[in-house]
Amino acid sequence: MTHTPPDPAQLAAHAAQVRRYALTAIYGAGSGHPGGALSAADLLTCLYRSELRLDPTNPAWPDRDRFVLSKGHSCPALYGALADAGLLDRALVPTLRKLGSPLQGHPYASQLPWIEASTGSLGQGFSQAIGMALGLRHAGSPARVYVMLGDGELQEGEIWEGAMCAAHWRLASLCAIVDYNKLQSDDAPANIMGLEPLAGKWEAFGWNAIPIDGHDIPAILAAFAAARACTDRPSVIIADTVKGQGVSFMAGAPHWHGSVRMKDEELVAALIELGADEDEISWALAPAGREASHVGH
Amino acid sequence: MSVTKRIQASGAEPLVPQQIGSSGDSLREAFGRALVAVAAEDPRIVVLDADIAGGTGMHHFRRAFPDRFYQFGIAEQNMMAVAGGMAATGLVPVVTTFAVFCYRAIEQARLSIAYDRRNVKIVASHPGLDTGPDGASAQALEDLAGFRAIPGMTVVSPADPVEAALAAKAIFDVDGPVYLRTGRSPARRVFGEGHSFAIGRGQILRDGRDVTLVACGVEVARALDAAALLAKKGIAARVVNMPTLKPIDAELLARCARETGCIVTCEDHNIHGGLGGAVAEALATSVPVPVEFVGVRDCFGESGEPEELAEKYGLTGPHIADAAERALARKAA
Repeated sequence: MTHTPPDPAQLAAHAAQVRRYALTAIYGAGSGHPGGALSAADLLTCLYRSELRLDPTNPAWPDRDRFVLSKGHSCPALYGALADAGLLDRALVPTLRKLGSPLQGHPYASQLPWIEASTGSLGQGFSQAIGMALGLRHAGSPARVYVMLGDGELQEGEIWEGAMCAAHWRLASLCAIVDYNKLQSDDAPANIMGLEPLAGKWEAFGWNAIPIDGHDIPAILAAFAAARACTDRPSVIIADTVKGQGVSFMAGAPHWHGSVRMKDEELVAALIELGADEDEISWALAPAGREASHVGH
Repeated sequence: MSVTKRIQASGAEPLVPQQIGSSGDSLREAFGRALVAVAAEDPRIVVLDADIAGGTGMHHFRRAFPDRFYQFGIAEQNMMAVAGGMAATGLVPVVTTFAVFCYRAIEQARLSIAYDRRNVKIVASHPGLDTGPDGASAQALEDLAGFRAIPGMTVVSPADPVEAALAAKAIFDVDGPVYLRTGRSPARRVFGEGHSFAIGRGQILRDGRDVTLVACGVEVARALDAAALLAKKGIAARVVNMPTLKPIDAELLARCARETGCIVTCEDHNIHGGLGGAVAEALATSVPVPVEFVGVRDCFGESGEPEELAEKYGLTGPHIADAAERALARKAA
């Protein structure tokens, strides 16, 4: 989106904003998955603030780059990234999961501009992204397609059907990103259904695998550049991340991995750590219009 | 007007259903050939295949439009969701495989296609006992029920090769997802070339005032057999072709229920959730009359020739005629 070289320090500040929006949304909803939203925040910020070619005034531009959140349960961070990038009215952030809100509990494309695919059933966003890349290539469009996968999601057979397919069709315009935060719903993937050797699996399937630290912003930008430079096969960025990253008491703490109801003092402590000012904290606790809204329980 | 009369009026060949095999044409073949002509006029149409184009009739399309033919290998779940993504870029994907494998990917059809009303046509060959010798694993008897339950999904089951060819054009008039059954086996011709077909419309093929036989797919020819058998007993059966299960032609059904007082549904599918379910749902809230269901009675099929299976599992004309007599008895009671 930006046409000047991205400044990592600025991107880090935006990533903190994305995290604050994500937690505000989950707090307002009374349920949601903070851990996986926080682990994905730096990657999403780099996408929407630097990597994706978008026209903010025209979400229907045929040649726009597409992003699909295949790990749909992390959508609070996606909504946060859209709000941070000016693509979503921030007033909608606290309406997550409320009756009548376009911010559904998992992404719903028909109700919200910039949501390219409806997801929430793991594996399907990946295939839809492959379909978009095929369709765009069929039309001769230069647009690229990005899709974020969860690590637990890689246990779905559809992922490996898609991995074979994208390599077979040499979809170099496709870039997958694995948010490898090493915790799924019940336990670590290593204890549920092991994924390693993960980069080796993707390589064996014919992909250009790029392992990085998923919280190192210069490394993320470099990985996107490397993916763009690879023109004969699809790329996968395997982003080593931490669930709950950015909030000291959430990082690596099992309680915050699943769907939770956040207490007021927990939200405030997290927002302060993430650099919120007084105004934002008051808004997050009682956003304008929430009381008047008919949405919610 | 009877089918025979209508076809004669249109100058086409007489329309007594021909014996199986005599036309040499299956619905999959007819659909596959017709699709080529439709796609020649609409460059948005692409075909997605899971290593079975020769079986689904899509080899015609592959030959005509190699650049619009996408191969996904034996991986139907990915293929189905890919279709949703392709449709999001403006293409009109036709996803093709056997009906059981469409059913295998039904959750992909639900989320990646139907939820956002993606303009995808799911074309399923090898439905029902008509699949024959491959046996139960390949004989989809649940697909109509499953796809019918997906919000916004149009569900179509043409009766013969003529109707399948017409449907190959008509499904593209629907701006949204469609599930269409073709058929594996050489099918009996029900219609002449003057036949017309519109999504959502049923047709009276033979008139009668005692009972209405509502059929789809290969059962339409068998319902006409049943009507002929019933006529010998002095029972005037009306035969309705109902190629669209959803949205169903509720108006025609209500009219038939009012005018004949009882209904028999006929389908090569489980009696639960398919045409019988759709008809019963429609009539329960309009003109509730006795309904009898001809179909596979909640069991799996087995290997055999289609006609042998139809006989064993109760789908042939005599079985339909028996059901009609049961319906008549209930009407009289």
